[in-house]
Amino acid sequence: MLALFIVISLGAAFLISLFGRKSKVFCDITCNISTFALFLLSLNSLFVVRQYSTVVYKIGGWIPPLGICLVLDGFSAFMLVTLNLVSFLIAIYSINYMEKYTDKYKFYSLFMLMVAGMNGVILTGDIFNLFVFLEIASVASYALVAFGVEAEELEASFKYAVIGVISSSFILLGIGLLYAYTSTLNMADISLTIAQKGFSSVILFVSVLFMAGFGIKSALVPFHAWLPDAHPSAPASISAMLSGVLIKVLGIYSLMRIFFNIFGVTEVMLTILTALGAISLLVGVFLAIGQWDLKRLLAYHSISQIGYVVLSIGLGTPLGILGGLFHLFNHSIFKSLLFLNSGAVEYATDNRDLKKMGGLKEKMPVTSNTSWIASMSISGIPPFNGFWSKLIIILACVQADRIGLAFIAVIGSILTLASFMKVQKFAFLGKLNTTLDKIKEVPVSMRLSMIIFAAICLFGGLLLIPHLMEYFLKPAVNVLVSGTEYAFTVLGG
Amino acid sequence: MIKNDKKEVGMTLIVKTITRLTVGLILLFGIYIVLHGHISPGGGFAGGLIIALSFIHLMLAFGREAALKRLSEAKAAILESVGALLFLIIAVLGFTGGYFFLNFINKGKPFNLFSAGIIPLCNIAIAIKVGVGLFSIFIVLVILQEDRKE
Repeated sequence: MLALFIVISLGAAFLISLFGRKSKVFCDITCNISTFALFLLSLNSLFVVRQYSTVVYKIGGWIPPLGICLVLDGFSAFMLVTLNLVSFLIAIYSINYMEKYTDKYKFYSLFMLMVAGMNGVILTGDIFNLFVFLEIASVASYALVAFGVEAEELEASFKYAVIGVISSSFILLGIGLLYAYTSTLNMADISLTIAQKGFSSVILFVSVLFMAGFGIKSALVPFHAWLPDAHPSAPASISAMLSGVLIKVLGIYSLMRIFFNIFGVTEVMLTILTALGAISLLVGVFLAIGQWDLKRLLAYHSISQIGYVVLSIGLGTPLGILGGLFHLFNHSIFKSLLFLNSGAVEYATDNRDLKKMGGLKEKMPVTSNTSWIASMSISGIPPFNGFWSKLIIILACVQADRIGLAFIAVIGSILTLASFMKVQKFAFLGKLNTTLDKIKEVPVSMRLSMIIFAAICLFGGLLLIPHLMEYFLKPAVNVLVSGTEYAFTVLGG
Repeated sequence: MIKNDKKEVGMTLIVKTITRLTVGLILLFGIYIVLHGHISPGGGFAGGLIIALSFIHLMLAFGREAALKRLSEAKAAILESVGALLFLIIAVLGFTGGYFFLNFINKGKPFNLFSAGIIPLCNIAIAIKVGVGLFSIFIVLVILQEDRKE
């Protein structure tokens, strides 16, 4: 029942926009129930993948190269769980958090549209369909970034929209050229045709277009200019969504799916990926450490952590891919948590400037403790989940004889630790700032969501236990390692 | 010269007369494009655009009130969601035959008006969504413009 992922989220989006104007409770309930259903379905998809390895769903009963098909394999199941887990917890958080904005139903409607777009990107087996869903998700996110309708938010949204549209047009041009070259839009069929026709300069050009297009979506360093503006301006639950899953689904997932499974990855591409990853890692963290705006600091850290993911997957070894994907999951957990923390601080104190905070630990114990867990996790301190994925990444670099990259990864981690020490010192520890006497801990739904995220941070390392890994990480790694065999499994199945 | 105490809305008499003659035809042509979407060029999107243009035409010639009297903002917002939901429901009804988006209605003879199963129904749903959506975008832009003037 792969189509349900799209049906539920789209249906919820339009039902909310139809009836949500009347009652806020209806919006809360619909959004939470549908994201919870999606989360359960995605957990179920893990078992389906375990049993059948690849499932192809033919929309309208049309056979794959002719019609559009949805493909569920290990990699998509992995991404589905990550996406729907994060979106479910963020939906819980939004019940209370979004009260401070007007027009809550519009927020929920756009939020569900974004979730629908991302589910579609993950599941589709048709490259033009991927573009359509990618646009649904990004257009919804442009609107959500501008949700506060202040000058700063509108400016960020405008910048984000312009850069996003440029990246989309790169991707569309690439898809057009690919269609002209292969006369098909089905991803598996494209892969087969390329294998038959051999490598040509068209493919090289398309690769460059896709690298730039999806690179902008995932905010790798030469293409990162939109992110530090867009993420801080959005409401915190949307920053968490953007940073936690949007840049990964639209950027990393599509990039990896196309380069590993369709084109067949080459040495040159891997070198480019590792280079981009290493640059993003260092530049992101150096820019982050000097920031005083809490959310802006977190946004720069997203760039740096995405650098880890790309660097590790770019190694091309099974261990590297494992580390990259595991870090992708972990990052979506702890970065969402950190953004939710920053949202909670902003909710209570109406302020994001680190210089004006201090001693919040007394007044907001839940926020400060969960944020401590997330900070330790992102800096790679054992036993939190970030430690395990960074350990694998560094081991993979050493195993692949790339000591330089391992060194960069360690440096990045130390600088991350330094900048989060700064956050902890100025925001939560120390003496209570006298202007903040009257603040209170945030409402219950926000606390609940942050505590669940923190628990996942704490126990995330357990996913590496062989038995659990068989279900969650291993199938995803296998899909990327097996490369262009994707075509045969999809068309054969 | 007689002074009008009411502000003159819309454009000149020439434009208004021509609009009165053409606006119905434009609307009809839009509906024609939608209904014949499966047998001739066009379809839900193009037809919906033309339908929206007929309302926008009305608004340009006679002022905002004339168009909003026929289709208010609130109604437009509701219709937009309804159009999208209708499309989704048609797609989901395909599950009765086993597949999402399955063309489950009898397909009939090609090139007849009543043929092609669910395609005409999809076209109608898309036309509602696109037409009303474009109209609401236009309303929002117009309101923004008038707010700025005040």
